[in-house]
Amino acid sequence: MIAVALWSVAALLALAPAGVVLSTRPRGSTILYGGCLIATSTLCVTALSDLLYFPHLTPTATLPIGLPWLGAHFRLDALSAFFLVVVNLGGAAASLFALGYGQHEDSPGRVLPFYPAYLAGMNVVVLANDAFSFLVAWEFMSVTSWAMVVSHHREDGNVRAGYVYLLMASFGTLALLLAFGLLASGAGYDFDAIRASHPSAALTGMVVILTLLGAGSKAGLVPLHAWLPLAHPAAPSHVSGLMSGVMTKVAVYGFVRIVFDLLPEPVWWWSIVVLLVGGPTATLGVLYALMQRDIKRVLAYSTIENIGIIFTGLGLALAFKAQGLDWVAALAFTAALLHVFNHALFKSLLFFGAGAVLEVTGERDMEKLGGLIHRMPKTAFAVLVGCVAISALPPFNGFVSEWLTFQAILLSPQLPNWGLKLIIPAVGGLLALAAAFAAACFVKLYGISFLGRPRSDVAASAHETDRFSLSAMFALAALCLVAGILPGLFIDALAPVSKAMVGNVMPHQTGLEWMTIVPIAESRSSYNGLLVFLFAALSGMAASSAIHRLASDRLRRAPAWDCGYPDPNPAIQYSASSFSQPIRRVFGSVIFAAHEIGEMPQPLSPAPARLTVDMRDLIWDALYAPIAKVIGVATERINMLQFLTIRRYLTLVFAALIVLLLVVAL
Amino acid sequence: MTALRDILSQGVQMSLVLLLAPLLTGFVRKVKARLLRRRGPPLLQPYRDLIRLMRKDVVLADNASWLFRVIPYLMFAGTWVAASLVPTFGNGLLFSWTADLIAIIALLGSARFFQALAGMDVGTAFGGIGSSREVMIASLAEPAMLITVFSVAMIAGSTQLSYVAEFMGSDAVGLRVSLGMAFVALTIVALAENARIPVDNPATHLELTMVHEAMVLEYSGRHLALVDLSSQLKLLLYVSLIACVFLPWGTATADASVARLGLGALLYLGKLAVLGFLLALFETSIAKMRVFRIPEFLGAALMLALLATLLRFVSGSL
Repeated sequence: MIAVALWSVAALLALAPAGVVLSTRPRGSTILYGGCLIATSTLCVTALSDLLYFPHLTPTATLPIGLPWLGAHFRLDALSAFFLVVVNLGGAAASLFALGYGQHEDSPGRVLPFYPAYLAGMNVVVLANDAFSFLVAWEFMSVTSWAMVVSHHREDGNVRAGYVYLLMASFGTLALLLAFGLLASGAGYDFDAIRASHPSAALTGMVVILTLLGAGSKAGLVPLHAWLPLAHPAAPSHVSGLMSGVMTKVAVYGFVRIVFDLLPEPVWWWSIVVLLVGGPTATLGVLYALMQRDIKRVLAYSTIENIGIIFTGLGLALAFKAQGLDWVAALAFTAALLHVFNHALFKSLLFFGAGAVLEVTGERDMEKLGGLIHRMPKTAFAVLVGCVAISALPPFNGFVSEWLTFQAILLSPQLPNWGLKLIIPAVGGLLALAAAFAAACFVKLYGISFLGRPRSDVAASAHETDRFSLSAMFALAALCLVAGILPGLFIDALAPVSKAMVGNVMPHQTGLEWMTIVPIAESRSSYNGLLVFLFAALSGMAASSAIHRLASDRLRRAPAWDCGYPDPNPAIQYSASSFSQPIRRVFGSVIFAAHEIGEMPQPLSPAPARLTVDMRDLIWDALYAPIAKVIGVATERINMLQFLTIRRYLTLVFAALIVLLLVVAL
Repeated sequence: MTALRDILSQGVQMSLVLLLAPLLTGFVRKVKARLLRRRGPPLLQPYRDLIRLMRKDVVLADNASWLFRVIPYLMFAGTWVAASLVPTFGNGLLFSWTADLIAIIALLGSARFFQALAGMDVGTAFGGIGSSREVMIASLAEPAMLITVFSVAMIAGSTQLSYVAEFMGSDAVGLRVSLGMAFVALTIVALAENARIPVDNPATHLELTMVHEAMVLEYSGRHLALVDLSSQLKLLLYVSLIACVFLPWGTATADASVARLGLGALLYLGKLAVLGFLLALFETSIAKMRVFRIPEFLGAALMLALLATLLRFVSGSL
């Protein structure tokens, strides 16, 4: 099993240098993305069969590369297998999409070599079984994705996005390096040795905080999220889909691997830290998303929201496990992992949709789009499925994982700890707010860009995208529906992961009648996506056929009514920023310090009236700007050293010598 | 035999909500008119309106998409399924385990999601204003509703409505502060969700204050009939929900005798009449709010619901 996986990764790595050559050939991108599709599909099938049929085997392998006395260790347990499925399902979908989308790349040489290397890096992170390989692969993943973020370096803001990304990625790796350093102090870098060691409570506490910083900055937890909405949209769209849908999940994997697996039994305060970060991340992420007008940036901010939901689930699992309620911990943990899988599906789908729109119109700004449902009907349908799924609406998959998280929250009065008793209801409230905002956000995204009338010529002359891109989107949309109506299959597949990480599993689901899911007991809660879907479909069709047969089926077209004031100018429609204006007014005045400035010209003046909205990112102002300022001032001071006269340099050298001698003497 | 009976009672439940929904709306309208000393439309007027609308041609805006034509059916299907999952005359019907209270709210959320999209499909200014305000109201009402559900579910130990109703009907409940808060919160949410005064005015037209009506302005004929029927079903759903959680007396269990089920149905009609009357009374005695006062109104519901949940976390008996 693990041999197949490692050979596929090696194939991906071999494709990277081939990409340099292929980028100059006319059919090069087809060959490269085809190769990536085959390699990732093989990996996905391997990992899936491992998860479903051999979850209790943990094959290992050691390769003579890396540190000379250590070698590179790899291991394929249930957790790795699940995340391999997520990574390679996303990778295969992105490669399929790129078979069509990648043809339109202006400078393929800037993307093709890095793409397979990036996929390989993510796979190795998940497979690694020692800290050295883990960190090298982690950096490999960061650097190759950075290269693709700056691939369109002439577009406005992309270089800055790449710079911020590189800084934050270095910071995250530094935190992880320190975490592994602390863990390795008593044991060494091999994960098996770390598992067997018994670190002190103070040390494990520091490791948890460092892991939350390191993995959290890669996943996009607030306040370490600032790079994410800059970097993810800047990359080509299939890479954006991978970064948002998959790479953030690799970060979640890093957190789970260290905190649930390598460290001993959790302590209650870990969960408080994770919950205090996760809940606000969910709500703030989607509030930011609501304020944007760039499609890809909306999607990137919505990733932050979903990461918040996942970390809330993980925090709940930690809380329950620390108190010995591991059957509830299994519920919360399974909910988090199911959301990992679901988010990978619909976020990739939505980024592909945004990519298709970008490819045919050249626009990412929603205020220049509109009416695309008429000219790109198939893309519009797939994106609609993604929007409904990500808004956590039944019968699609996003609802199931949020529902399970809510069920875990409802069991939390059983926790004896007072801190948790006060925090968990607040976090539940934040999740409820996030769910409602997400629906608002995706009504806006879909309504402004796909519905209504075109707001620009490029939107009016758009056409349907190619069939490879469409098949990738439809495959993901179908999976969203399947995971929504048959969630029991997916919950049962996660049982070995939950058994290995929290020591218990959710009740077996697939045997229940009509594929119902019952997380605890039937008297507590149950949900049947299949029946909800069937009932809704049947009643909708029954209503339609009854009305058409018994009443009327006539239809005629006429100009829009609009209360008698129709205006042919498409600018009369609501725009992205006017759509979110009520929510901005209610929530934004505090959270974004948003205020509107209206400029009304004097009577008889021909000047136009203007309304500008001023919004600030308070986290950026409070956290990042001061740090950047301190660094700026410090470097400017030090920079003066470069422009001294020779006498001053000699004095400095002399002073340094004396100080050093003094140090030696003392 | 029992299987047949189960299917029959489930079928009765589904057709009952469908048939009663326009009657409840007609009843509220009639009571409101009488309170204003008008004669008001006949009680059965909503049925006549629906039938007349269904027989008329659909006049579709030139650039309406396929989605615009499908949405009325989606809204109707989602709302009808949700409404038939709320216990009316009997608990524990055949498919009552299909969706719990959280899923029912999410089903209504799906219906609203599509309704808001419909408002934006034709590309008119009024449609946009309606959708934009609707999602603003929903972004406060939905969390308030969910947290209310949390507090009720934690008291009853279940999110499954049949079990909640059974628990509320038993002696184990007692008098609780948190239930009182949850009741007020649920009432506020119900007013907002059903576009009633003081949040929205179901009778308004051609006003910049309208929300619900602005979204469905472009609908006509059978599409409009389905949209209207969906909102009537939603009103019935919320009234039945309040009745089932806070006035649980007399609801029969699914395996009770036919006479007992009949009694349950009669009591249910009585509860509808009382709550409908209270709704009309409330609506005639209060003025409509400005749009930007609504967040404060709904924020109160959110805070009450959160307090109720916190109380439940802090103490098992409050």
